[in-house]
Amino acid sequence: MKIRAQIAMVLNLDKCIGCHTCSVTCKNVWTSRKGMEYAWFNNVETKPGIGYPKDWENQERWRGGWERKPDGRLVPKQGGRFAVLAKIFANPHLPEIDDYYEPFTFDYENLQTAPELPTAPVARPISLISGRTMDKVEWGPNWEEILGGEFDKRSADYNFEAVQKDIYGQFENTFMMYLPRLCEHCLNPTCVASCPSGSIYKREEDGIVLIDQDKCRGWRMCVSGCPYKKIYYNWTTGKAEKCTFCYPRIEAGMPTVCSETCVGRIRYLGVLLYDADRIAEAASAENPQDLYQAQLDVFLDPNDPEVQRQARADGVPEAWLEAARRSPTYKMAVEWKIAFPLHPEYRTLPMVWYVPPLSPIQAHANAGAIESSGGLPDVDSLRIPVRYLANLLTAGNEAPVVSALKRMLAMRAWFRARQLGETQDAALLEQVGLDAATAEDMHRYLAIANYEDRFVIPTAHREEAENAYALRGGCGFSFGNGCDGVEARSSLFGGRMGRRKVIPIRMLDED
Amino acid sequence: MNASYDLHLFLFGIYPYLCLAVLLLGSLVRFDREPYTWKSDSSQMLRAGQLRIGSNLFHYGILVVVIGHFLGFLAPHWAVDWALDPAQHQLLAMVGGGIAGLVAIIGLSILIYRRLGDPRIRRNSRKWDISIVLMLWLQLLLGLVTVPLSAQHMDGAMFELLTDYVKGIVTFKSGVAALLVNVPWVYRLHILLGFTIFLVSPFTRMVHIWSGAGVLAYLFRPYQLVRTRKRAVRA
Repeated sequence: MKIRAQIAMVLNLDKCIGCHTCSVTCKNVWTSRKGMEYAWFNNVETKPGIGYPKDWENQERWRGGWERKPDGRLVPKQGGRFAVLAKIFANPHLPEIDDYYEPFTFDYENLQTAPELPTAPVARPISLISGRTMDKVEWGPNWEEILGGEFDKRSADYNFEAVQKDIYGQFENTFMMYLPRLCEHCLNPTCVASCPSGSIYKREEDGIVLIDQDKCRGWRMCVSGCPYKKIYYNWTTGKAEKCTFCYPRIEAGMPTVCSETCVGRIRYLGVLLYDADRIAEAASAENPQDLYQAQLDVFLDPNDPEVQRQARADGVPEAWLEAARRSPTYKMAVEWKIAFPLHPEYRTLPMVWYVPPLSPIQAHANAGAIESSGGLPDVDSLRIPVRYLANLLTAGNEAPVVSALKRMLAMRAWFRARQLGETQDAALLEQVGLDAATAEDMHRYLAIANYEDRFVIPTAHREEAENAYALRGGCGFSFGNGCDGVEARSSLFGGRMGRRKVIPIRMLDED
Repeated sequence: MNASYDLHLFLFGIYPYLCLAVLLLGSLVRFDREPYTWKSDSSQMLRAGQLRIGSNLFHYGILVVVIGHFLGFLAPHWAVDWALDPAQHQLLAMVGGGIAGLVAIIGLSILIYRRLGDPRIRRNSRKWDISIVLMLWLQLLLGLVTVPLSAQHMDGAMFELLTDYVKGIVTFKSGVAALLVNVPWVYRLHILLGFTIFLVSPFTRMVHIWSGAGVLAYLFRPYQLVRTRKRAVRA
């Protein structure tokens, strides 16, 4: 047993309102740079839809994640080491920028400078790549927002597998949910495994997966290796970039920007202890539907004295053990079993988990024919098909998703009864395996969701990493050659690629 | 002697060492001081299209050509002589190098067409990106022209002469430049441009060739990499 700790995230999709605050604040902090305009370390997709980049869940096309060979070995789906190197000159599975979208701005200046015309002047879109006027913006970062586009196209969504999808194209039966996505900071990341330079790594202390920008050579095998398509090639600098889990904030005990700014309070951050020696075994479970349980088995009980003893021996700090005992992510994922990994069948053991959303009861059910059992509506009468959620979260295994939805419904019914002054029936909770105390807890974390309950983040032990005295007057986070920074237009060894068309800012006349 | 011979001595006796010194030191300094600029600089993401065929043809072709040059020119006599006499050695170089060079120049032509013709790529190319591909294209052309030229003297004597020159350069023998005095200008231009490409390499994307050799370490490393920030804190 080799115990490590990771700051894991849980997103409660039941409360996501699709406001994109997470995406926008993330973009402002991390990707508002040339070469990364198209990249959203955090994006929110409307499901059902093909997502961003287009069709990212189709691993027969992109070859992301792992493949289990008949003898039980795991090999990246895009190929083993020799195959990866053989594809280094032209990666056949690399998305083109148009699969995300061609980044663009608008010719705003024309609105100011156009002469008098019979028609109103327009600001035409301009490609940020070629600098040319674009006839038409074909796709954007959130093109399918709130079921935008025809159902025919959106229904290519991979999660419709084994769902009779045709009826969901009809207005009466339509459903939708939001899916905020970021790097999963996996336990068994394929991006790390695919990097010929060895520049991507997982941090032992907090599990964050990072790209060493000085070591990245732009071979771009990680982009195709990641099944979530959460590694982005910066077409200006020629380096791969990804979600950093806001590690400078996490190290200081602060939540990531996306979590901090989430107005729906749907994000939770907490420590999970895991057994690093069991990762390979869990990731190679034969049946993909067993992967969810296999990953749960890798997590360790922070209240178990034996686990605590071993964790201390493996160098997990005391504050991290304390945080693990109060971890909201442990409660939701392991104790209550209401959170699930996104697409466990990719075998990367992702560490950003999701609470599936409840959805309105179908209209015809409301009209008197509610299928209910024990005071709870039947989950099959929810608008979002259970199978759809199961395809998303448990490789198609419906039982755990049904159980989670029932627990959430029971918790709601329990508190509804209290609110209305009705008798609270303990049988309501018992039938879904809950007791009153757990329901209270769930209510506290899911409904109230106080800041200090959502984010239990121990600070990093920086004194173990570096001599703080040498940091005085340092330049902190920077690109390029230390303090030389990114500002220099060029260096002896070639500057930055291309030049952005800057729309000049003009001073208004004083008079 | 006369001025043109002095120039010849400089170009083939001294210039190669300047180029090799800049290549080695320049690469080292860049690797150490500007690691963030060290990359392959792929433009595949902006437009995949012709890159797949062009890049594969070029890279696999040029790999054979470069490795062939290294083995052909630098392999010691005892390693070759037991298997091939000079004439056979030359024939092998002409056929093998000719085919690989042809493959490479076709691939490179596609890449140049794409780099200059596609507005996305054109706009995001640095001057050096374009200069270096044109230099490589010219170098491949010169190399290919030597094939029919060599076919006129299949005895292997010229081939031996060039081999001695290259071996002399890398073993710091004095006076090797004199060997090339009567060699046709195509060969000499090919040699000069070759060293010039060495000279400019550290300042261009060509540095990714070093990393291309470095990635062979990938074949021997475990899939997963974990780094710790903990250092051995000294009391």
